[in-house]
Amino acid sequence: MEAVDPGIINLIIFVLAIFVGYYVVWSVTPALHTPLMSVTNAISSVIIVGGLIATGAGGGFGLANLFGLLAVILASVNIFGGFRVTARMLAMFKKRS
Amino acid sequence: MSANLAALGYLVAAVCFILALRGLSHPRTARPGNVIGMAGMALAILVTLATLPQPSVLAYGLIIIGIALGGTIGYLVAERIQMTAMPQLVAAFHSLVGLAAVFVAAAALLSPADFHILRPDGAIKTASLLEMGLGTIVGAITFTGSVIAWGKLQARFPRHIEERIPEPVLAVFRLFMRSAPILLPGRHLINAALAAAILVLLAVFMASESGWVFTLMTLLAFALGVLLIIPIGGADMPVVISMLNSYSGWAAAGIGFTLNNPMLIITGALVGSSGAILSYIMCRAMNRSFISVILGGFGESAAAAAEEGEKSVKQGSPEDAAFLMENAQKVIVVPGYGMAVAQAQHAVRELFDTLTKKGVEVKFAIHPVAGRMPGHMNVLLAEANIPYDVVFELEDINNEFQTADVAYVIGANDITNPAAKEDPGSPIYGMPVLDVEKAKAVIFVKRSLAPGYAGIDNPLFYRDNTMMVFGDAKKVTEEIVRSLDP
Repeated sequence: MEAVDPGIINLIIFVLAIFVGYYVVWSVTPALHTPLMSVTNAISSVIIVGGLIATGAGGGFGLANLFGLLAVILASVNIFGGFRVTARMLAMFKKRS
Repeated sequence: MSANLAALGYLVAAVCFILALRGLSHPRTARPGNVIGMAGMALAILVTLATLPQPSVLAYGLIIIGIALGGTIGYLVAERIQMTAMPQLVAAFHSLVGLAAVFVAAAALLSPADFHILRPDGAIKTASLLEMGLGTIVGAITFTGSVIAWGKLQARFPRHIEERIPEPVLAVFRLFMRSAPILLPGRHLINAALAAAILVLLAVFMASESGWVFTLMTLLAFALGVLLIIPIGGADMPVVISMLNSYSGWAAAGIGFTLNNPMLIITGALVGSSGAILSYIMCRAMNRSFISVILGGFGESAAAAAEEGEKSVKQGSPEDAAFLMENAQKVIVVPGYGMAVAQAQHAVRELFDTLTKKGVEVKFAIHPVAGRMPGHMNVLLAEANIPYDVVFELEDINNEFQTADVAYVIGANDITNPAAKEDPGSPIYGMPVLDVEKAKAVIFVKRSLAPGYAGIDNPLFYRDNTMMVFGDAKKVTEEIVRSLDP
């Protein structure tokens, strides 16, 4: 049997991760659904990884690098903004003193 | 750093993200969870920087500037945003993920060698073109769709900004920021045709690798994002915003396939399924199918359906409301979107304090679609320092209305409408609602008798045990508190 294509391995990871997401998210308390949205927002901005690679592509500065830089800026807004606003919200949830 | 080491670093980052979501199962574990999420993000960025294919001073310099610029903007916005504006902020953040995905895909197309997606013969791998194309399409739809959703949630700019925008431009903004559905004739046909055209272009793009086809495909996807969201009304935004959350995840996963980066795939799948589950929960709470929400048009006949009749309502003053509450043993507060609009959460907190001091038991009942996004009411109550252990979800508190003396409904309507249980002809029939009418007395704070979002009358207004207090949610609540003070 020949080696499995990396694309197939990625697909396997993808499907398994959907299951992980399914079970993890159902366990989130409805009271924290807004912080859930803001934190998923922040972590989906890990797409910044692609922007970083593109910014450094080819060692010069062309259109690809410009697109990469724009992606880095946009994703950074989300990362810092998303985690910060989540932290602000979570700090407000208090038990009766 | 070797590729294997980098892959292990990414694995740790992915696990951090899973733990960050897992933490949200309880407010106590949520805060450390968020910190773990930040650590995962920092690790992912550092690993990527350490393994850049062609590291250069220029590249690192640009990256630092980019992160500093974007990070400062994001931090300041997050620091200053009002909690009532959270739905708009989340919509705006979704749009940025979508646009970033489009940029990354475009960059990958321009310099495929750096993304390791070339075949030995120098052409881009067909699978990569497909993944890149899908990531771009979903990202583009997420971008413009979220911008429209942001507009509908924002409704209007603050006055001092409006004054600086020229009138014709402002007119365009107003058109798109109306929360009412915009229904184009034949819109389903237009959208279907547009979607088909995008898929054809995707096939052409995969065969040709053409940048022009890619650009055209992206532009059509931008247009589709606008057209998909404009027919959806303001109060369906909890579903829309969850759905866009989901899309932003799938877009990230698509880019993850292009980059051959399992961490990005895992993260995208987590976010994608999170948004999908939230959409499902919201639809279930409205007893509507996802498809009917997405097709839009709900609530466009608002007010038209309400028959004005001879039915009489019992009207009361804030003093009357205070009297009822003072003599109650148990009061259940039901907040809705009106509380957010009036910024009444702090007044509600004073009411909670005053009544609690007088020995009245006060609880809060939250309907899943109260407000404009999942969990919106919980955040506002938490902001006002109302402890989370007196705030309950629908299924946990619905049995308690029969033992309550007063149900205080503040800026909510459809989610309390007994027609959902009693009238099979009602558009909201079958929707789970809070059984407020079972309380000894129901106090409704509303601006007027106008029907709620669904455009249907609420028979509760005319019941014997209901008292209507007309006015602004915040002012009325403050007056009740004043009347309570000895």
